[in-house]
Amino acid sequence: MENPINDIENQAFEEIQAAKTSEDLEMVSIRYLGRKGILTAFLRSISSLPEDQRPDAGKNANLLKTKLEKAIQQSRTTMKANKADNGPEVDVTLPGRRRGHGSLHPVTQVLDEICGIFLRLGFDIVEGPEVETDYYNFEALNIPKYHPARDMQDTFYVSDNIVLRTHTSPSQPRTMEKTDPPVRIISAGKVFRCDSDLTHTPMFHQIEGLMVDENISFGDLKGILTTFVHQFFDDKTQLRFRPSYFPFTEPSAEVDIQCVMCRGEGCRVCSRTGWLEVLGSGMVHPAVFENVGYDTKKYTGFAFGVGIERMAMLKYGIDDIRKYFENDVRFLGQF
Amino acid sequence: MKVSLSWIKEYIQMDLEPDEIASRLTMAGLEVDTVENLYDYLDGIVAARVLDVKQHPGADKLTCCMVDTGSGDPVQIVCGAPNVRRGMLSACALPGTVLPGDLKIKKSKLRGEVSEGMLCSAAELLLDADASGIMDLAGDHAPGTPLQQALDISDTLFEIDLTPNRPDCLSVMGVAREMGAFVQPNQKIVKPDVTLPQQRIRSQSIHDHARVDIKDPDLCPRYSAGLLFDVTVGPSPFWLRRRLESVGLSSINNVVDATNFVMMETGQPLHAFDYDNLAQGQIVVQKAGNTMEFTTLDSKVHKLEPDMLMICDGQRPVALAGVMGGENSEISQNTTRVLIESACFNPVSIRRTAKRTGIATDASHRFERGMDPDGTVYALKRAMTLIADICDAAIAADIIDAYPVQLEPVRIDLDIRALNIRLGTDFSSDEIARILESVEFGVHPYSQDQLTVSVPSFRVDVTRPEDLSEEVARIWGYNQVKTTYPPIPAKGRPLDPVILTRGAIRRILIGLSFYEAINYNFISKDFCDRLLLPESDFRRNVVEILNPLSDQMSVLRTSLLPGLLENMRKNNAQQTDTIHLFEIGKIFFSTNKETLPTEMEMVAGLITGNRTHQAWYSKKQPLDFFDLKGMMEDLLEALGIFDADYNRSEHSACPYLESGQGARVSKNNTVLGHLGKIATPVLKKFGLKQRAYVFELDLTAVMGQVPQQIQSVPLPRFPSISQDVTLIVDQQIPVGDIMGQMKTIAGNHALVEDMFLFDLFEGSPLAEGKKSLSFRIVYRSEVKTLNEKSIRKLHAAISSRLVEIFHADLPE
Repeated sequence: MENPINDIENQAFEEIQAAKTSEDLEMVSIRYLGRKGILTAFLRSISSLPEDQRPDAGKNANLLKTKLEKAIQQSRTTMKANKADNGPEVDVTLPGRRRGHGSLHPVTQVLDEICGIFLRLGFDIVEGPEVETDYYNFEALNIPKYHPARDMQDTFYVSDNIVLRTHTSPSQPRTMEKTDPPVRIISAGKVFRCDSDLTHTPMFHQIEGLMVDENISFGDLKGILTTFVHQFFDDKTQLRFRPSYFPFTEPSAEVDIQCVMCRGEGCRVCSRTGWLEVLGSGMVHPAVFENVGYDTKKYTGFAFGVGIERMAMLKYGIDDIRKYFENDVRFLGQF
Repeated sequence: MKVSLSWIKEYIQMDLEPDEIASRLTMAGLEVDTVENLYDYLDGIVAARVLDVKQHPGADKLTCCMVDTGSGDPVQIVCGAPNVRRGMLSACALPGTVLPGDLKIKKSKLRGEVSEGMLCSAAELLLDADASGIMDLAGDHAPGTPLQQALDISDTLFEIDLTPNRPDCLSVMGVAREMGAFVQPNQKIVKPDVTLPQQRIRSQSIHDHARVDIKDPDLCPRYSAGLLFDVTVGPSPFWLRRRLESVGLSSINNVVDATNFVMMETGQPLHAFDYDNLAQGQIVVQKAGNTMEFTTLDSKVHKLEPDMLMICDGQRPVALAGVMGGENSEISQNTTRVLIESACFNPVSIRRTAKRTGIATDASHRFERGMDPDGTVYALKRAMTLIADICDAAIAADIIDAYPVQLEPVRIDLDIRALNIRLGTDFSSDEIARILESVEFGVHPYSQDQLTVSVPSFRVDVTRPEDLSEEVARIWGYNQVKTTYPPIPAKGRPLDPVILTRGAIRRILIGLSFYEAINYNFISKDFCDRLLLPESDFRRNVVEILNPLSDQMSVLRTSLLPGLLENMRKNNAQQTDTIHLFEIGKIFFSTNKETLPTEMEMVAGLITGNRTHQAWYSKKQPLDFFDLKGMMEDLLEALGIFDADYNRSEHSACPYLESGQGARVSKNNTVLGHLGKIATPVLKKFGLKQRAYVFELDLTAVMGQVPQQIQSVPLPRFPSISQDVTLIVDQQIPVGDIMGQMKTIAGNHALVEDMFLFDLFEGSPLAEGKKSLSFRIVYRSEVKTLNEKSIRKLHAAISSRLVEIFHADLPE
């Protein structure tokens, strides 16, 4: 026998480690420490050893016995503790119990995002009626009756003097009538045009912005809109300002951004120009200020409008504007 | 506005590539929509060599030619042209080509002989008037060379999306003028000479033949007229037809074509009268007055209104001024004497007439936007020289130019400082003067920082200093203006509570697994019928749209439900059965035609399908009323509205709900809205097969019940104790009534903290018509730990009170 006590110790500890259940542990305990156990047998066999070896062997065997008893007890405690914490093992790959979730319409998400940008820039949000008087929709904005600019917006009429608003711009005179400068507002909502084809729906959403104070310049307009575009897309997006015409601004500018699809290389979305028209803007026309009683010598301001569906199309790669209003949950669920 | 590059080049030098021209025009504010090669239609037509010509066996006038089209073996083409000859290089349309006039070329048999293409004349290809024979191409082009290349022809058509403030650019010269400023700068346009040709001038004065009388100079500031004799009316020469066709106008006759050409060239609309049909040779510009009707030259009869401006002769109207001429005086084949009108009309008057008669012409389009009062005479003379030439006509010795009140040129005092503030620039007055002069503005220094600017007469859009700021910025370049950031005061306003509430509702509902829908405000008028609304229902008080796109979109909605039901139908059609949709939007009620309708913002939802889908842990279970109600309770509580009242809704409030499964939800006696199951007949009317549950809430009413402020309360320090009570009552007794009573009773006892129904049982062994309800009442004291003994009396009292009120039995 080559130091059998060591072999017994090694093997016993291996078995204690391997024991998975308390039953296993009990078996180990019986195998080594039971009445017919290996260690018990060894202890008994000591008497047959030469006398000079007996004291050491006895001492070692008793030490081992204590050691094993302790280890088994410890294992037992750990097992018990584990059993209290954990139920049986589960198949973690089984699908979970779902409560389901919904989502906001992509138009709402983009509206919220844009409002958030302007709120951070210190603009207030105002809202106005969706059915509007001819005065606020047109005349107050320097578009008198029989002005050819009325052709720019195909209008739904309720009566001669009541229309479905064709833009969110009525919020400009409505706000300025009630508030003295400085004014910093945005106004978001539905607008309506008598137009329906692949790229137009008779209803869509706009956000209007207006800033009036002393010394507000066209350069400031460029600054605010650049900040907006950089926050909404990214700060590498190029902008260009192009002369245009709106009766309620002078100078007027269309704002093009570098095509977000092709990064200005030219693609189908931007008709190979590398640019996308996304905003209409300009310095508030003095006639608009005169209509609300603002001092045109003292104050200047800028206004802008942006179509939400178009921004969402660019942001999410939506290819058909009509999808917004079909409310197919397979579409809505993508956002 | 369409212009061709070759036409532009008549007035200005231009050697940039078309795409570059387009992009520079766009950046000048003349947005180019499309750039198109005008000879695109010649694709598929190639130079081809006639190798052999043989008589057609079955037709005297036809030949069978062997032709090398440059693509492999020679092909046979049957040809009828007298000038076809062996060795000739001509133009051949290959099979598949579509020739002008929609003639499709294909391989065919002509009198029994195969023909694989067509040899073309110049006229057939709109290249020349010559229709006498097939084209005889000069040069030594290889067969198969595209014809455009062989002829070295190219032209580009620009389609410009012109803004309404730039009527001066509704002309080729106007666009050329802009190009001279922006595209290839420092050029002035060269106008064609309009000196009337001496040999064609008659000694007779127009004044001996015609008189112009402007009754209303406000509506017609200027009327110029010219007279031509011995006019031969006939087809226009090829070049003129081609010019007109290139910009989308069709040829009518040489006189009318000449006036249209000059309109396109100068922008000034002209009208040609048959002078012999003008009674007393008179032109009277006046309002229609009592005249009731007028027949325009397209033979349509129009009702007149007294204030419409008319051109009359000595007896009757002969034209709707600035809009369209009359049938009674139009140019015909027999016309020999022509009076040309070149006038300037008031834009609003023309637009009113055009709108009310429903006529839109190239002339009215221009007059509505405003025409250069100083442009009438040039355009008149230009037309007269042209007509004299192409109609072989003679010209009266002079013209009439009625201009009763000379219009002063617009002068604007420009404050340099104000302009720089507006733009965010620091231009000197010299710089501004230089910029404005480059586009034909006259600039005179007035003081150190003030200029007096005279506006060229064709720029009718420029009337104020702010308009000049745009010109300066436009010429300098918008993108050259420095980007700056305005200082923004920190002072701000709180958000409108409706925005906050709307946002909260949206977030709660998506957490309750709803998707957000957005529907059109306008819907089909029959939605009221489909919702079974009775005739007198207030929701029939719809706002009608005068000019709807279709019947399906003809009125504004008075409920959000039809939209959601329609969404459900479309989703079901796509095999999506379980749907949770909500919408927040406005509904509209008509007040009267002259005031704005009442707008109400609503929150509506629809659920249909299954509560749980088929999964390893569950079976499909259809949704029912209590799923909907649970969602409503969650929504309201999440908003801070606790203990809302639910009562069976009146049928008249929601005729579209199944009777017995509709509820009204209210709080503090304010009705918030309704919820329930859509009635079967309504489902049918919307084409639906599944059960649907809906709710609709008034957002403002809900907002009114959202607590303004949340007051935190300390958490209890002592444990609670619960006791149950089971009552056996008549089935008809609503649980809500019992809960209500319990609350009332509890209200008198500080120890009652909460109560809820935890079991409901019906059926055997209970007697017919009975149900068993088990409630748990939670007791708690603020000052000590309660035990069963300490509440025994109270619990027994509450129980026996309920038994008494509801005639309940206690379980055995």
